[in-house]
Amino acid sequence: MKYSALSLFRHALAANRLWGEAWRKPEPKREYDAIIVGGGGHGLATAYYLAKEHGLRNIAVLEKGWIGGGNTGRNTTIVRSNYLWTEAALLYEKSMQLWEGLSQDLNYNVMFSQRGVYNLGHTLQDMRDIERRVNANRLNGIDAEVVDAKQLRRSIPYLNTSPDARYPILGASLQRRAGVARHDAVAWGFARAADKLGVDIIEQCEVTAINRENGRVTGVETTRGTIKAKKIGVVVAGHASVLAEMAGIRLPVESHPLQAYVSEPLRRVLDTVIMSNAVHGYISQSDKGELVIGAGIDAYNGYGQRGSFATIEHAMEAILELFPVFSRVRMLRMWGGIVDVCPDACPIISKMPVEGLYFNCGWGTGGFKATPGSGWAFAHTIARDEPHELNAAFSLERFTTGALIDEHGAAAVAH
Amino acid sequence: MLLIKCPWCGERAETEFSYGGEGGISRPKDPDSLSDAEWADYLFMRKNPKGAHRELWNHAQGCRRWFGAERDTVSYRITATYKLSVHDEDLARE
Repeated sequence: MKYSALSLFRHALAANRLWGEAWRKPEPKREYDAIIVGGGGHGLATAYYLAKEHGLRNIAVLEKGWIGGGNTGRNTTIVRSNYLWTEAALLYEKSMQLWEGLSQDLNYNVMFSQRGVYNLGHTLQDMRDIERRVNANRLNGIDAEVVDAKQLRRSIPYLNTSPDARYPILGASLQRRAGVARHDAVAWGFARAADKLGVDIIEQCEVTAINRENGRVTGVETTRGTIKAKKIGVVVAGHASVLAEMAGIRLPVESHPLQAYVSEPLRRVLDTVIMSNAVHGYISQSDKGELVIGAGIDAYNGYGQRGSFATIEHAMEAILELFPVFSRVRMLRMWGGIVDVCPDACPIISKMPVEGLYFNCGWGTGGFKATPGSGWAFAHTIARDEPHELNAAFSLERFTTGALIDEHGAAAVAH
Repeated sequence: MLLIKCPWCGERAETEFSYGGEGGISRPKDPDSLSDAEWADYLFMRKNPKGAHRELWNHAQGCRRWFGAERDTVSYRITATYKLSVHDEDLARE
């Protein structure tokens, strides 16, 4: 059923009792043309674009938990494309362009709100880096501008722009097309749209082994039986190393807890997204009024979906440095996700040394913004058995050749 | 918050320590003889296990010494910490 204002109206008349399921709950078939392991945003987007752009219809998405229960539902929903290096900038910009038409394309409101993202500069060197990044962005056709403290004071009244601050704010980069989206809706929208194109979305189905014969994948063992496929795409943020080990592959990623926080709902105080590299925190306000806050990862490796208290304290300190006015706001909830971080803070979207096996991982702390673009590029890689030019540089081989894409610190926020 | 037992100073709060990543990785004796793939393996590839992990910690705000630890990466429980000389002996035995 197509969602529309008319369908909303008609269902309202029926007291909303007749809404059908958004996607089927099929039993797994014995064989598929392609299997996507991981039913988060990236995996569902991959299946959707495989079906839509490449005509593959016999696809399954295998999810060990439930749709969007991993990092897709655990992030701080920021979407931007102001990365420094051309390879990264073009990939994230592709994603940005898909975001801009995503609600229409999926027939599902992902509540993409282009409210702008400010990346603050606190030192002269910060401002030089910002100017360099803004210029690099503009050369790549990405909107970006430098704003000074005066303009910040005007646009964001509660931001502490006092020159007496411990880390005085001198200015910022601003990407006006950047913003936030409703993270759950992204997973649900892609799931529903992929399902409509015939993709089987199989929840509560954990992959326990990757079957291989003569250097080729033949399928997977799961908690719901053996499923055969000649092509397997693995998109399991946080658990990439675990899946890679099943295929005898070593990856350059380490999994860390990344925590996020929301406050009690407040009246509108913040109509944009603020990120600061120097004090290391980022904040926006959700449509419900909660302040949505994120900061750095916990330093140690961890699969526990929770982190240490010191990290929480640090995030709060960072936000209060920027917004002393929030000092009496009560925090409502906190949680952790597992991010797999690459040494160069850029993802791997790549063929693997095993034929028919593809990995999309290592997005670190910034995967959500890339959801549509990541799926789009990964679908291309799986369907054609070769990367698209947008993700060719994001190969596993770059760690052997040395052609890293060093976005650590360069990408507008420290990782 | 983790309570970490420095082999020299005893139990201290996690905030006194900095994390050193996977332990037991030795720098190759003769880097020039390695292939690019072997060098990449040493430099970048990590076990990143879900479960028992042998790793390095530094008591940065205390005695500033490095030591080894065995920690579960799911429960975060630290099962052992040890001075690196002992750890190196273990490595030699393996």
